[in-house]
Amino acid sequence: MAERVLLFVGTKKGAFILESGRDRASWSVRGPACAGYPIHDISHDPATGALFAGGGSPWYGPTVFRSDDLGLTWIQSSDGLTYGEAGPKITAVWNVTAAHDAVYAGVGPAGLFRSEDGGRAWTHVLGLTNHPSRPTWQPGAGGLILHTILPHPTDPARMWVGISAVGTFETRDGGLNWEPRNHGVRADFMPDPHPETGQCVHKLVMAAGEPDHLYQQNHCGVYRTLDGGREWQEITAGLPSQFGFPMVSHPRDPRTAWTIPLNGDDQGRYMPDGHTAVWRTHDGGDSWIRGDTGLPHEHAYLSVLREAMARDVLEPVGVYFGTSTGQLFGSPDGGANWSAIAATLPPIWSVEAVVVDG
Amino acid sequence: MAEQVPCWSTPHVPPATATVILPRSLAALVPGVPRRTTVEGTTVGELIAALDGRWPGITDRLCDAGPTIRQHINVFVDGERATLRTAVGPGATVHVIPAIAGG
Repeated sequence: MAERVLLFVGTKKGAFILESGRDRASWSVRGPACAGYPIHDISHDPATGALFAGGGSPWYGPTVFRSDDLGLTWIQSSDGLTYGEAGPKITAVWNVTAAHDAVYAGVGPAGLFRSEDGGRAWTHVLGLTNHPSRPTWQPGAGGLILHTILPHPTDPARMWVGISAVGTFETRDGGLNWEPRNHGVRADFMPDPHPETGQCVHKLVMAAGEPDHLYQQNHCGVYRTLDGGREWQEITAGLPSQFGFPMVSHPRDPRTAWTIPLNGDDQGRYMPDGHTAVWRTHDGGDSWIRGDTGLPHEHAYLSVLREAMARDVLEPVGVYFGTSTGQLFGSPDGGANWSAIAATLPPIWSVEAVVVDG
Repeated sequence: MAEQVPCWSTPHVPPATATVILPRSLAALVPGVPRRTTVEGTTVGELIAALDGRWPGITDRLCDAGPTIRQHINVFVDGERATLRTAVGPGATVHVIPAIAGG
């Protein structure tokens, strides 16, 4: 049966769905879905086939949409997605991730919620909010947001989360207790650049088949860990900048990952020299290769946000990224050659790639 | 245990039937919600609760924890700005209007 490649793109003005065949050469576009809601993240649950889209509207608040027909129809719910009367008001859902018969939502202000009924009703994971470091959490420029949820693939009790300007945490008991996992990660913007928490993680990804092997794009560098985050090693050398937002890992090769460096947190946060490029490593971050064939090389002051890069599972792997100014690019060969897929979407906040049969 | 009564409830006032006019953007979010409907209640909060009983999820879209009407949602009862506690008389017209914004 012919394979279809679907890209689910979360934007400031709803979700868009792009579709291509296996060659990933030409794409159709439909949307906006999710009633035009601002969508920060869309994720696919391979176990059920469901799609989840999380976002937040200035008018209608945070919510999670679900689709069981690959984006044709969506329903939304935020039942229980609250800190209660005494707590801060949740403004948006920044990440939705399904794992082990549950769905997790990361929100701003930072917190984690869990749904055991497929995204209809939500329960606050209090163990993270009750961490002793919580009173010290301070928002970064993008807010105090829990933006990355990284479940262990086989152990339901283990999970990592990333919180901007706070750092990485891991639970090994299903969310009751959490431990910071920031050792070795710099926080150059702090008086002490090596605090226990306060590091500004921008994205965490897991190496294929090696659950304790993680990569991290941080505000202050790119890192890898081989022990679940107890110790991080910096792997920024070879990249044009330490600063960027998204990161993606290969679906089968644990030593291959992609990142998109931007010129710096205080220099405009766009592609260095206005030259678009995606960088990849095939040796776990020991070295990096620039991939820019087919991408704009001049006056391309583009920025790519943390959820706005994705890869598919085909061979060769397709890699995709969307910009905060609405351009979507794709590579059907792992990042060597690129082309524009869409040029005039709303500001892109997230990209998810799904391959289906028929 | 006594039945929980919402903080905006006025249990000794007989419910009135009001006409509620809802925004198009809300109808797009909650399946089946009409733009215009009638519903019973003595306060705006009761009207919203009654709407939620028929179309679950409306309360979460219109109200924040507290509960309060969301910051950028405006409710008017017969043309007057209202809160969840605002009384609704028989035959009242209630407009739910998202605040205007740019961008």
